[in-house]
Amino acid sequence: MRVAVVGAGQTKFDEHWEKSLRDLSTEAGALALKDARIDGKHIQSLYIGNMSAGRFIGQEHLAALAVDQAGLIPIPATRCEAACASSALAFREAYFSILSGQYDIVMAAGSEKMTDLKGTDAIATLMGAGDQEWESAIGLTFVSLYALMARRHMEKYGTTREQMAMVSVNNHRNGALNELAQFPKEITIEQVLKSPLISDPLRLLDCSPITDGATAVILVSERVAKRFENPIWILGSGQASDTLALHHRKSLTELLSTKVASKKAYEQAGLKPKDIDIAEVHDCFSINEIIAIEDLGFCEKGKGGKFVEDGKIARDAEKPINPTGGLKSIGHPVGATGIRQISDIVKQLRGDYGKLQVNGAKIGLALNIGGSGATGVVNIFGRDKPK
Amino acid sequence: MPYKSSVPLFWRLKKSKYNLIGTKCNTCDKVFFPKRNLCPNCRRRGNLDDFQFSGKGKIVSHTIIRVPPEGFEKYAPYAAAIIELDEGARISGQIVGDISKVETGKPVRAVFRKIYEDGSGGLIHYGMKWEMAE
Repeated sequence: MRVAVVGAGQTKFDEHWEKSLRDLSTEAGALALKDARIDGKHIQSLYIGNMSAGRFIGQEHLAALAVDQAGLIPIPATRCEAACASSALAFREAYFSILSGQYDIVMAAGSEKMTDLKGTDAIATLMGAGDQEWESAIGLTFVSLYALMARRHMEKYGTTREQMAMVSVNNHRNGALNELAQFPKEITIEQVLKSPLISDPLRLLDCSPITDGATAVILVSERVAKRFENPIWILGSGQASDTLALHHRKSLTELLSTKVASKKAYEQAGLKPKDIDIAEVHDCFSINEIIAIEDLGFCEKGKGGKFVEDGKIARDAEKPINPTGGLKSIGHPVGATGIRQISDIVKQLRGDYGKLQVNGAKIGLALNIGGSGATGVVNIFGRDKPK
Repeated sequence: MPYKSSVPLFWRLKKSKYNLIGTKCNTCDKVFFPKRNLCPNCRRRGNLDDFQFSGKGKIVSHTIIRVPPEGFEKYAPYAAAIIELDEGARISGQIVGDISKVETGKPVRAVFRKIYEDGSGGLIHYGMKWEMAE
């Protein structure tokens, strides 16, 4: 049994003062249905990723709310949570629900409304992805967890401040072409290096922003896929877990969850890192893209900074990474990001993604990470139906 | 600010927070901080007892937090680190004293300090911070 993605939708990622979580979720779902050219009545089940609506807007029981707002009562609705990897989990659950033979047409979605809270409360809410008793309680923030990784990576492998800045520059250069991005503008290395220090060595422009947004995709079984134009096939899917607290890890310079999840996905797909044409990679902080490039096997451990410096991640280079802008430029509504990445890979592999199109992309990978890496999810997609 | 808790959470954790008591597995000899109910290596074959850490360790990685979370404003900028305790477990903590002296590999020791307050009139949270041992 094979499963394909036949529709993808994303709201503008932004600070949406005029729209609520329910507005954004409904909009993304409708865009995905329109893209797939089917009516909502064909959706048999909904899986929605969301990190923390309970703290961001005081609303739980989101999946039923989404089905209610979409006029899809009484289909089953399930919410998935793994911090910033919530919607990649929703995607996998949707995938498995079709593999099980239970359904033929399922929607996977993701949403987060972060700006209804003031900034400091949003930051405290995000810290719920870490260890509340032993990390948050001593004054750590999410950027400081990644700063601890960055420091170690710099000391151990000689990764430079400039190389990390180049990640942000690359992603903003790509995002400048993306109409749905929160910050569609180019930045320079100097701007990154002069932006305010948040948690040494990371600066403001190493960090992804706080964002509102929603995303959705439509998954279908092989049996019904022939009714759709241009299905994009799931070739492999892996997920792995690690310690919730960063300090419990043996290594601060790799994410075990990325390594294990990608190994599984590569094995299922029968592919190697060199076969990947484009990748959407979880750049919540610039250092994480460098670590991810290594852990996904695109280069040797410790050489990720050099890989970036050598220009290999540019949209016209050997391994285009985040060719639509990444979390840095597009924005990071945490529960929506995983499916945003998948939606972008799907649009790239169809080959008609306008200004954002990477020519000749046939195989794409999406890496979504929860917290400081306690959850890692890798999905690999292909334009051609696998045998 | 960390999740605003009432007394029970901190009551429950006071042994660990105030005295650095973790657990040791008598089956595999590994030590854990904070306490665990199950040895992650041995699982059901594990046999855990309380274990007192000495409060000495060394810095594995460090940062200076300049944009603090709510409740920590008056301490910023402050240094935070991952510390490997001499007995083997790792912990996150703030480093007190001259933050320009903080370096990877340097020895530190635990000191009992106020960590933060739940606003004016709220709970005052105490625990361990760390000072450079040299």
